Amino acid sequence: MKKYLGPLNKENPVLVQVLGVCSALAVTAQLKPAVVMALSVTVVCALSNLIISLIRNTIPPRVRIIVQLLVVSFFVVMVDMFLQAFVYDVSKMLSVFVGLIITNCIVMGRLEAFALSHKPLPSLVDGLMNGLGYGLVLVVVGTLRELFGRGTLWNIRIMPQAFYEAGYLDNGLMILPPMALILVGSLIWILNRNPKNAK
Amino acid sequence: MMELVDIFVRSVFIDNMVFAYFLGMCSYLAVSKDVKTAFGLGVAVCFVLTVTIPVNYLIDKYLLSPGALAWAGAWGEGLDLSFLTLIIFIAVIAAIVQLLEMVIEKISMPLYQALGIFLPLIAVNCAILGGSLFMQERHFPTVAHSFVYALGSGAGWLLAIVAFAAIRERLRYSNIPKPLQGNGIAYIITGLMGLGFMCFLGI
Repeated sequence: MKKYLGPLNKENPVLVQVLGVCSALAVTAQLKPAVVMALSVTVVCALSNLIISLIRNTIPPRVRIIVQLLVVSFFVVMVDMFLQAFVYDVSKMLSVFVGLIITNCIVMGRLEAFALSHKPLPSLVDGLMNGLGYGLVLVVVGTLRELFGRGTLWNIRIMPQAFYEAGYLDNGLMILPPMALILVGSLIWILNRNPKNAK
Repeated sequence: MMELVDIFVRSVFIDNMVFAYFLGMCSYLAVSKDVKTAFGLGVAVCFVLTVTIPVNYLIDKYLLSPGALAWAGAWGEGLDLSFLTLIIFIAVIAAIVQLLEMVIEKISMPLYQALGIFLPLIAVNCAILGGSLFMQERHFPTVAHSFVYALGSGAGWLLAIVAFAAIRERLRYSNIPKPLQGNGIAYIITGLMGLGFMCFLGI
């Protein structure tokens, strides 16, 4: 059991293994796209882990990357169509980053490191947990950036009007792309302060 | 002509792949321990980009976008194959990367060994697929525009990784708080470099 919970904390794909950083940073200016992105990656990662694990004994090693890419892109196209049909505004906001789940290193990394050598059910759980570990970082960064950058969460105003009247201003820096990097850097700092996690 | 220069400058400095869109961050963080290797990977990414983007542009224009098959006769006019975009793009990229790997192995063994496992990983580098997808979103009028865009994006990525690797080499001698060493400081430096690049927005 402990093995599967690793991705949420000590083996977090974004903070410790430095995988899938690209999308983790680009979609976190607000909470809503961050949550949608986290769910999409979790679904794609879990299902493609399952499929690759099911066919792992029939894939010739030489062409495995292409087979993996095809399986992953199949699921990504499904997710993309689903998002366009049901949450069109978020899908517009995420733009190319839904397509970029294909090249998300977490998905490929789990396929290579886990699904190719394990049974289907553990692979499914492993994909799910890694997706959730990724999602956790997205939600934390997304919450901080939207709360301090716009004073809202999920497009609902959180910072009371009285604050603004007292001279409080939204921190415009938070919405800018570089701030995401600095926040993630600080998260790593906090995580590594716990001596149990330090290498 | 001015338009092409404009696209080039924009894609190097303002829409820099690393600092504005965080594309290719995984290999950017992993292969930036020293300048030489970083330069090699940067050149490889730049090359793959300049080959794949124009190829994908032509495929998108003449096969995939709505009504693109009109040249093939009346039956092609109402056809919309855009749902195949992702799969075709990634297949083209994987094929070209495979080709590049064979060429580099033949030409330069040291470079081949230096890049090691990262060469096949260029296929799953988000900068490459991201470049093609942004190209599609920008609707360039001719293939020359997409070529210049590819060259600019690649040069921007090269610039970012080489600059970052140089900073990291110096970093080895500085006194960083222990928990922040390694990845933590790498993220923060990239963030600060990104802030620096934001001043190009005015151009």
